[in-house]
Amino acid sequence: MKLTVWTYEGPPHVGAMRVATAMKGLHYVLHAPQGDTYADLLFTMIERRGHRPPVSYTTFEGRDLGEDTAGLFKRTCQDAYDRFQPQALIVGASCTAELIQDDPGGLAETMDIPVPVIALELPSYQRKENFGTDETFYQLVKALAGPVEKTPHITANLIGPLALGFRHRDDIEEIKGLLYDMGIGINVVAPFDATPADLTRLGAAHVNILMYPEHAETAARHMERVLGIPYTKTVPIGVGATHDFVTEVAQICGVEPKKDLSRLRQPWWSKSVDSTYLTGKRVFLFGDATHVITAARIARDEMGFEVVGLGCYNREFARPVRALAKAFGLEALISDDYLEVEKAIEDAAPEMILGTQMERHIGKRLGIPCAVISAPVHVQDFPARYSPQMGWEGANVIFDTWIHPLVMGLEEHLLAMFREDFEFHDDAGASHHGGHAQPRTAAAGGLTRRHLGPNQWRHRGRPPRIFLKQRSKRASRRTRAAMSWSGWPMPRKS
Amino acid sequence: MNSPATIPAATCRDAPILKERGQREVFCGLTGIIWLHRKMQDAFFLVVGSRTCAHLLQSAAGVMIFAEPRFGTAILEETDLAGLADANDELDREVGRLLSRRPDIKQLFLVGSCPSEVIKLDLARAAERLTQLHAPHVRVLNYSGSGIETTFTQGEDACLASMVPILPATTARELLLVGALPDVVEDQAVALLTKMGIGPIRVLPAPRSAEAPGVGPNTVFACLQPFLGDTAAALERRGARMISAPFPFGEEGTTLWLRAIADEFGVDDATFEAATAAPRARARTAIANASEHLRGKSVFFMPDSQLEIPLARFLTRECGMAAIEIGQPYIHKGLVGPDLDLIPAGPTISEGQDVDKQLDRVRAARPDLTVCGLGLANPLEAEGLTTKWAIELVFTPVHFYDQAGDLAGLFSRPIRRRALLKLEERA
Ligand code: SF4
Repeated sequence: MKLTVWTYEGPPHVGAMRVATAMKGLHYVLHAPQGDTYADLLFTMIERRGHRPPVSYTTFEGRDLGEDTAGLFKRTCQDAYDRFQPQALIVGASCTAELIQDDPGGLAETMDIPVPVIALELPSYQRKENFGTDETFYQLVKALAGPVEKTPHITANLIGPLALGFRHRDDIEEIKGLLYDMGIGINVVAPFDATPADLTRLGAAHVNILMYPEHAETAARHMERVLGIPYTKTVPIGVGATHDFVTEVAQICGVEPKKDLSRLRQPWWSKSVDSTYLTGKRVFLFGDATHVITAARIARDEMGFEVVGLGCYNREFARPVRALAKAFGLEALISDDYLEVEKAIEDAAPEMILGTQMERHIGKRLGIPCAVISAPVHVQDFPARYSPQMGWEGANVIFDTWIHPLVMGLEEHLLAMFREDFEFHDDAGASHHGGHAQPRTAAAGGLTRRHLGPNQWRHRGRPPRIFLKQRSKRASRRTRAAMSWSGWPMPRKS
Repeated sequence: MNSPATIPAATCRDAPILKERGQREVFCGLTGIIWLHRKMQDAFFLVVGSRTCAHLLQSAAGVMIFAEPRFGTAILEETDLAGLADANDELDREVGRLLSRRPDIKQLFLVGSCPSEVIKLDLARAAERLTQLHAPHVRVLNYSGSGIETTFTQGEDACLASMVPILPATTARELLLVGALPDVVEDQAVALLTKMGIGPIRVLPAPRSAEAPGVGPNTVFACLQPFLGDTAAALERRGARMISAPFPFGEEGTTLWLRAIADEFGVDDATFEAATAAPRARARTAIANASEHLRGKSVFFMPDSQLEIPLARFLTRECGMAAIEIGQPYIHKGLVGPDLDLIPAGPTISEGQDVDKQLDRVRAARPDLTVCGLGLANPLEAEGLTTKWAIELVFTPVHFYDQAGDLAGLFSRPIRRRALLKLEERA
């Protein structure tokens, strides 16, 4: 038993949902109680999908337990097939159904469903969401992808992008562009927008681009072994990594490493004088292993930051993250305990955090700016605009995103110079972030000097009277809305 | 003017109920923890469950609220499933750790989940054991918020019901208001009743365990929410008597609710009028303004918060809407009967759910507004329908006169938005 407050990963069946929801023509029948339907909102609200996840839940109740939950599962399966007519079904159990041991896979097998039915065994009490994504995609590939004739021209599969991923939608476009520049075509992108029928054609590609190892490495290995398709090991996030990626793909495919750098602005943005203010900024990195590993290289080699701490929450990738930390002279933090991460950040006292939505909250509390680099993410991390992380445009986007929370260049000097001025005090934050001009007190933020970077947030004295006044107004407004505590945007009183 | 509202000839009280059993699309009772833990300031809610339960709480809340909120999930692991003895030891250890780290905690709720119930982890016994262990500093209670036993707001009912047996006994004639409302709304209710000379007024749940109300044969109570059936039954078992009324949503609902209590306490018309005339008038004006875009429009309620019937009464009688279907997870006529009495027969009243079939009915009816859960709202909007997410009704102050306009506004905003947005290409 482990006391958990906030979690980085959901249960493994949510990982399976992320695969199913990313795909088309696939349906997931999940043996689960009614409350588990909350997971739909992750996709419809956080990712703003305009369709329900293709999941039918059995929603068994207490009174069903003594009776026939297996029959209920079969009925749900049949209804789901009849109504949605999918090309394939996946079936499985949530944590509660795992305990009642109905064996969804076995039950579905006894039924007369005329499409492939793939059973998922996702041990809810041992594994988590990323295991669920990787295992589900692997099971689908194993069941559906067989040897087929290669495409006549050189093509690649892009594997790993799925629902609720951090910028997966845009990364796909960026990778397509990189491959296009080398004259490599796309065979299948999966799971994102793929149908089960598409998966049967995976074997026609010459290379697998493993975009997100935490979601598709097992499938990539399987396809290498069974279909003889090599897969890429470089994740092209950052300028250097993208160069390496192009070299790697070119080698595998025996083509010229052609690049179109005409849209890449990043190296100059880092080299321009304004960016000397970035030099040596102390950053703490935390998130999934893929994004942390790539972010570490960008932070050090492409921004000139000092990495003062790094780690990941997905234990499956503890080894490479530990090795990376060692190369940075650090000890990796491998943990999914939010409070432990907060403590480590507090101790490292960075000037910026590159993390997940969880670290964004930690940053708010500690008064440290934070940019998001990894899932889990919230609704504001699914922007309407094109904003990939991978490839050349990804490098541009990352530069902008990371410096956004920082106080930049001359502004930093001015803030320091006029810090006694009430409108200009350090706590006012960067001028491009609204609403920050409020005093920090123990109650409001709970900071001590040692959390603060050398250049920011120097104002520690008693806040000028005017702020105390503002603050009490703020407090009364807070009391008024005392129960509107949900994180979902709520309408304001007029 | 204080005469009871006109009761329509044929009402929804006796309308046949469409009972459905199929896939439900509704939260489980754990969700109530999100508001309950804010209301009870010295309580901690410890869910004994799985990673799914922890993830539900996080997702339903929308974001993380505090670094260490007064709730958490003791996640069962393989070893706990292997032997119940070990699970109990583990639970005792986790509780011990928690209480030593959080000395501010005076009440601890062990909240049962589907997994804890399926493995038959006896949280009632655990609560007794832990109460003895941590007495007198901490009282440990238990209730079920599991999805196999409870839906969404039923969790609050289960929680409050678990507190009733340990409320101190009293023979005082007191009014007990039952339900966890935002402080600002609770204060308004108390102020209105106090103005009529009604008192003493106590509230369940109290903000702190030391302030827990007494209960006994002279207690009369009024529910603030239409989902507190078990709590009401538990209070009745302790001799208290329920004042039955429509729920205090909108001007009419608030007036009838107050009137029922006033009658119980023998308040005369003049006093009632003096206390309510001004806020009633304000509420009427506010509703008239906010409901401009609602009049003549149709509404469809998917079952979600249990507030559906009282809200349908508000929207149909005070905002001029027409209800097509009013779905509720379960219907407790002892509580919502007075609201059903006021809704003219016509709309389909449904209980339970078969979500795909119900969505077929929504698509066929194409209502002007569909009230539904977060999982369904965007998909319906994408189909060109206008929606209102039900969870907001539980998280936002919506009861009593001063919120009546806001309540109408919650429903009219999506309709207004639809009218305002001009995003489509012009022909
Ligand atoms: S439905 Fe059951 S298993 Fe799912 S979150 Fe609720 S209590 Fe936990």
